[in-house]
Amino acid sequence: MASALINVPPRARRGDIIEIKTLMSHVMETGYRRTATGETIPRNIITNFVCRYNGVEIFRAELFPAIAANPFITFFTVATESGKFEFEWIGDQGFAETASATIAVE
Amino acid sequence: MHARSTRRQFLGLAGTAALGASSIVTIRPAEATPAMLAAAIRQVVGAATVQPGKVRLEVPPLVENGNTVPMTVSVVSPMTPEDHVKSIHVFNEKNPQPNIGHFHLGPASGRAQISTRIRLADSQKVVAIAAMSDGSFWSASVDVVVTLAACTEELI
Repeated sequence: MASALINVPPRARRGDIIEIKTLMSHVMETGYRRTATGETIPRNIITNFVCRYNGVEIFRAELFPAIAANPFITFFTVATESGKFEFEWIGDQGFAETASATIAVE
Repeated sequence: MHARSTRRQFLGLAGTAALGASSIVTIRPAEATPAMLAAAIRQVVGAATVQPGKVRLEVPPLVENGNTVPMTVSVVSPMTPEDHVKSIHVFNEKNPQPNIGHFHLGPASGRAQISTRIRLADSQKVVAIAAMSDGSFWSASVDVVVTLAACTEELI
């Protein structure tokens, strides 16, 4: 069961640079490990992450097996207007999760 | 080290050696890069030259657990529509594959800085490259000593 943790400041002044922290619970199986019987465990990672601010893409990341389990990503943006941040994670084996957060800009 | 020594013994010795050397191993500039790392960087930058500078790559120089290593990349840039960082690319030297992540920014970012947690399968060099809006590329690299590697071959 996937779950996301998002940290966005609830309010900011117009023009402030704010930090956004995101964490998605995910095993991030590399595809390089083997079971005791020698079979390769298939790769199962999050490959793409996108953040949109009022519908406009402000940050995008492509991830590889070298990203640790439960991918934690932080980045910055300029608070321009009140509204909604939408987050989207896409990965192997049909993984797709979304989350959102709101901000009030004065 | 004789021929019949196991991987476990070897890693034990390597760990001891790494601990002993940790006091003198710090951040130092890039040296010869293995072909896979160079090829992965070429795929991103094309024929452009990559200059050292502007990029700051923060990774602990001595890592106890390679399964989760905090990493922060920041780039000196005004982040205006005319002059900003388009993307940050992070690579490694000795994991099974050379890519760690691609991060796409823009003028809306305000500050060219990203953080995440990475895996390192061995003591190795980590390279961060920033692509600027004017088409130039800047880089920074850090040598990291890992005492417990991320498990790529471990049986579970």
